[in-house]
Amino acid sequence: MAFLTLEKITKTFGNQTTIHGIDLAVERGEFVSFLGPSGCGKTTTLRMIAGFETPSSGTIRIDGKDVTDLRPNQRDIGMVFQAYALFPNMTVADNIAFGLKVAKKSSAEIAARVKEMLTLIKLPDVGSRYPYQLSGGQQQRVALARALAVQPKILLLDEPLSALDAKIRISLRDEIRAVQRALGITTIYVTHDQEEALSMSDRVCVMNDGRIEQLGTPFEIYNNPKTRFVASFVGTLNVLNGTVVDTATGRIAIDGQEVVAARGTSGASSGDSLAVALRPEALAIGETEPGRNSLKGVIEEVHFLGAVVRIRVRFGDNVISLDTFNRPHSAPPARGEPVNVHFSHEDMLVLDRPAI
Amino acid sequence: MKRPAIGPWITIIIGAIYFLVPLVATFEFSLRMKRGEYSFEAYRVVFGDPNFQASFTYSAVIAIAAILVGVLLVVPTAYVVQLKLPRLRPLVEFITLLPLVIPAIVLVFGYIRMYNSSSWIPLTNSARGTDFLLTCAYVTLALPYMYRAVDTGLRAIDIRTLTEAAQSLGSSWPRILFQVILPNVRVAVLSGAFLTFAIVIGEFTMASLLNRPAFGPYLQLVGANRAYEPAALAIIAFIITWACMGLIQLFGGGRRSDTRR
Repeated sequence: MAFLTLEKITKTFGNQTTIHGIDLAVERGEFVSFLGPSGCGKTTTLRMIAGFETPSSGTIRIDGKDVTDLRPNQRDIGMVFQAYALFPNMTVADNIAFGLKVAKKSSAEIAARVKEMLTLIKLPDVGSRYPYQLSGGQQQRVALARALAVQPKILLLDEPLSALDAKIRISLRDEIRAVQRALGITTIYVTHDQEEALSMSDRVCVMNDGRIEQLGTPFEIYNNPKTRFVASFVGTLNVLNGTVVDTATGRIAIDGQEVVAARGTSGASSGDSLAVALRPEALAIGETEPGRNSLKGVIEEVHFLGAVVRIRVRFGDNVISLDTFNRPHSAPPARGEPVNVHFSHEDMLVLDRPAI
Repeated sequence: MKRPAIGPWITIIIGAIYFLVPLVATFEFSLRMKRGEYSFEAYRVVFGDPNFQASFTYSAVIAIAAILVGVLLVVPTAYVVQLKLPRLRPLVEFITLLPLVIPAIVLVFGYIRMYNSSSWIPLTNSARGTDFLLTCAYVTLALPYMYRAVDTGLRAIDIRTLTEAAQSLGSSWPRILFQVILPNVRVAVLSGAFLTFAIVIGEFTMASLLNRPAFGPYLQLVGANRAYEPAALAIIAFIITWACMGLIQLFGGGRRSDTRR
């Protein structure tokens, strides 16, 4: 049985439903990210797991126990907030010790645990400092230590890196993942940053409009997006409109040119309109190799970005963008030049609805 | 080069004269008790008067009681309003402002009518009961200042996240309030406390009409019957108020709250 389960969770504020019957099962020790745009319901779902919001209907279980109606302080969770939320009146050591004092641990045990936690976050000498004397990254590490000190059953992180600058964000996400692996703690991580979600998680839960669009490993989410939303939200994507020619062979016509989708046409019938998607890294320009799809178009725009040249190619009503490496000894293609774009049959992602 | 503006300086000088001349004159007069020389004789007489000591002590005790009750009433109220009932904020602000609009004399007559010896709660029957009533009256009188000070303090910290962080660590409501919230609004609470103290120490109407031996009625009594001592008392009262203001500044300016980058 899964360690954390959400069964048909719904949340309504006034007459507006923000979460529509979510089902989710997270295994013990798993790192699952909730990924989605602002207002998709990811933070609300996390807050319901934490107990700060009560579901309008549905059940939340932690380790088999129904916690739906328990108060946050009875749920055995650790939480890290975007705004750090360290207690300004307490030193770093007192912050980490707070939960242990609440749990009435002995002072010797508290001191040992605080020391252990400070070592874990690689800040062994800051125990006597106040939060305002630390940088943002250090404060967030202390917040992580404070949440972990009480040995919670589940660790919840609500966009913990959003307030930090890019460099610290990258190093801290590696650190969070390393600590999570070392402790084997079940973790839910909320983020709107796809790179964060893909690089850290065992599984990613892509959310949109209060629903789970897709739940899968980062590899699955990126390479086999199940919905148009997931395909467009995760990674960069070229979406083209086409018409199904033959469902058996997966042939699709795009601007009068036929291509083959090796993954099938997603249940569509011949003559149906549908949308196909192509990742920029799957595309190449030049002579077509045998056994690959090719589309003939005209170069509309060329952006020289240094190491990379970004090219926009138009096929009738459709436009795609692709990146090629800069070759110092050959000039980039020019605007208006006819060009051949080719890609493998497997790289064509057929989406559920036609592009607008 | 731009010419220095003279207008503001004239305003400042006129303002300073308006405030300082009566004060300096009062101080100068308070030193003239001994004929032909300046001395602190009036102050010696005032400090040596057992009624001064008794009334000042009485008012100080009532002030401390009013501060305690005020803090216990206002901090949880402001906290709950901000955290759980933000829609009630305009109503609560209106209620806390009422003591500024309703004169003290009206309030105290209301109290006497409500809590007289033949009422359901005959607080004025005993000295202790009246002391309690006076304490409550002072809490009401200081409410606009105490509430605003605490509310501003609470707005300066992210009470929602701090509360949730403490809750996620297993903390109960009393612990959150006394160990997390209160220490972080300490400066605001102290500001409210000193303002309350300053108000209570000089208050006359309520203490007089409830017939309690407070400092305000004592000031009035001395003022009506003596020549130099009232001037000395006025200066002493000013110094107490200034000391309270100074303490607010001292506690208010002592902490850094920014994050190192």
